[in-house]
Amino acid sequence: MANIVIDRIRKNFGSFQALKEISLTINDGEFVSLLGPSGCGKTTLLRIIAGLESATSGDVRIGEKSVIGLPPKDRGLAMVFQNYAVFPHMTVYENVAFGLRMQKVDDARVKKQVEKAAGLLHIEPYLDRYPNKLSGGQRQRVAVARALAVEPKVLLMDEPLSNLDALLRLEMRTELKTVLQSAGTTTIYVTHDQTEAMGLSDRIAVMHNGVVEQVGSPVDVYNHPATRFVGGFIGNPPMNFIKVPVENGRVAAGVQQLVVPDGSASEIVLGLRGEAVELANLPEGMEMKVRVAEPMGSHLLLTGSIHDQPVRVILPASETVRSGDVIGLKLDRNRITWLSPESGKSYPAAAA
Amino acid sequence: MTQTRPWVPYLLILPSVAFLALLFIVPLVQTIWLAISDNGAPSLANAQRMVNDINFGRSVQNTFLLTAVVVPVQLAIALAMGTMVAKIAGGRETILWIWTIPLAISDLAAGLVWLSILQNTGYFNSLLFGLGLIERQTSWLSYQTPVALFIAIAIAEIWRGTAIVMVIIVAGLNQVPKEFKEAAEIFGAGPWTRFWRITLPLIRPALQSALILRTVLAFEVFAVVYALGGRNFPVLVGEAYNWQNQNQNYGVAAAYAVLIMVISLAATLVYLKAIKVDPERLP
Repeated sequence: MANIVIDRIRKNFGSFQALKEISLTINDGEFVSLLGPSGCGKTTLLRIIAGLESATSGDVRIGEKSVIGLPPKDRGLAMVFQNYAVFPHMTVYENVAFGLRMQKVDDARVKKQVEKAAGLLHIEPYLDRYPNKLSGGQRQRVAVARALAVEPKVLLMDEPLSNLDALLRLEMRTELKTVLQSAGTTTIYVTHDQTEAMGLSDRIAVMHNGVVEQVGSPVDVYNHPATRFVGGFIGNPPMNFIKVPVENGRVAAGVQQLVVPDGSASEIVLGLRGEAVELANLPEGMEMKVRVAEPMGSHLLLTGSIHDQPVRVILPASETVRSGDVIGLKLDRNRITWLSPESGKSYPAAAA
Repeated sequence: MTQTRPWVPYLLILPSVAFLALLFIVPLVQTIWLAISDNGAPSLANAQRMVNDINFGRSVQNTFLLTAVVVPVQLAIALAMGTMVAKIAGGRETILWIWTIPLAISDLAAGLVWLSILQNTGYFNSLLFGLGLIERQTSWLSYQTPVALFIAIAIAEIWRGTAIVMVIIVAGLNQVPKEFKEAAEIFGAGPWTRFWRITLPLIRPALQSALILRTVLAFEVFAVVYALGGRNFPVLVGEAYNWQNQNQNYGVAAAYAVLIMVISLAATLVYLKAIKVDPERLP
């Protein structure tokens, strides 16, 4: 078990800055996701922590000890790769045992550790088989078992579920969470899938263009995005951003008067989660033109515009709204995020 | 389309099959018959004559010795070249292109290149003389210097024939995703362990192809040997050539040809057995 301190890590590929001074602390036993679109630098950061890539500058400390310059094997970590990287020429048993064999652990202990890891991931029936006989999900279990068998201080996972089909991904996600909770290993998990990051993590670090935009608990990041990018990347549908005029420190949303944070100019961006609204009668509510209404069974998804800006909102399935309707919305004032139109950064949450 | 006209694929394949049957199988059958017959009747006379010839034992010994030395060295060099070039980012294509130049040279030309280096008035002697290491022309390729002659032929063969092994090995190495090596590295395998326990097992199909091809070609060695050693270093194909052309004895020449074919087939079988390629254990 160990904490990880990422201290002002930079990485340049030629003149391209892949990582621009990233600092992040991951506590002992914590599960942190690096979340972002492809090309944001999350995998590069993970590979730097692993020692598969060198940083241009900065420091990585695992358990208070700097690991810069150390080969991967001396960093006390294990890794699960996106395409599993389960060795095809070894049986499942030998795959899981690989790390222990490299550490010259005696056979009796190897057997014990392999059986323990295999038990956790329910792969005991396949121990004598070769990986090509296994499905993608089973191979992924082997890769995780191989990583856990060495009882690493730190577990790194690079998009481990992205090669699985949707149903299996959901199943493996739940299982991963169960297994990792009981193992208590400090884990860094790279993903571009926000639902994965939300579901699994203690904290999420949202990355964009080589910068960490926000670090926080899933609920925190969801409800109080620090930037427009974070709000737009997390949540399905993404957060709505509506540019609205400010009068006397207030924004009018129908009859609702919303107090905006101090220091805001004549315009402000109203960040609104799709589900933070209720249907209201028109003069009282904020006017929304509904272009398409999609009844999803569990809820009703409305796509349209407010102040001529595109929005998506979610209403209970019991409401009846049709495509083409003009409706009124009452906003949940506690769940509004105010953002600066210029910088795209949000104002502190308390101001609402 | 294949449903309605199932004969189309066969029609398209027919010319190549007919061509091979005509120009390969027919001569093959004729050669075998020539080897095991005498005046139209089955006979082992040609085989007996071949075996009792003074050069037979030496040619078998030389051919096997040359193969045993050249093929492993070529494989080792090819693996080293392939591994080195895999680490290079820029200029990889150029390096591979230069490395494969010997492929484009005919084996007789290759023999002549090395002859110009190693003959009495060749570049090698000039160099040694220039460095003051020898006082007069030294002979490397005569019957009095069998070891030097063998080494010279082996070097020329290695120079000429390594490229084809390298091409196959590089193709094999390209098939191995880098994640396997990275995973091995993460879990504590050093460079040698990674090579022996991960890379080598994963390129088994390439190793097998390269070894079969190169060994069969090694048993057929002729032009390089002929250029450098003439009859001082008898090899199997050289003997077949001599019986055919100098002695005008087609029967014994055919017996040699059949012997070479049997050895090649046996070597192929040995490799197929020894380096099993199980598709289940490949990426």
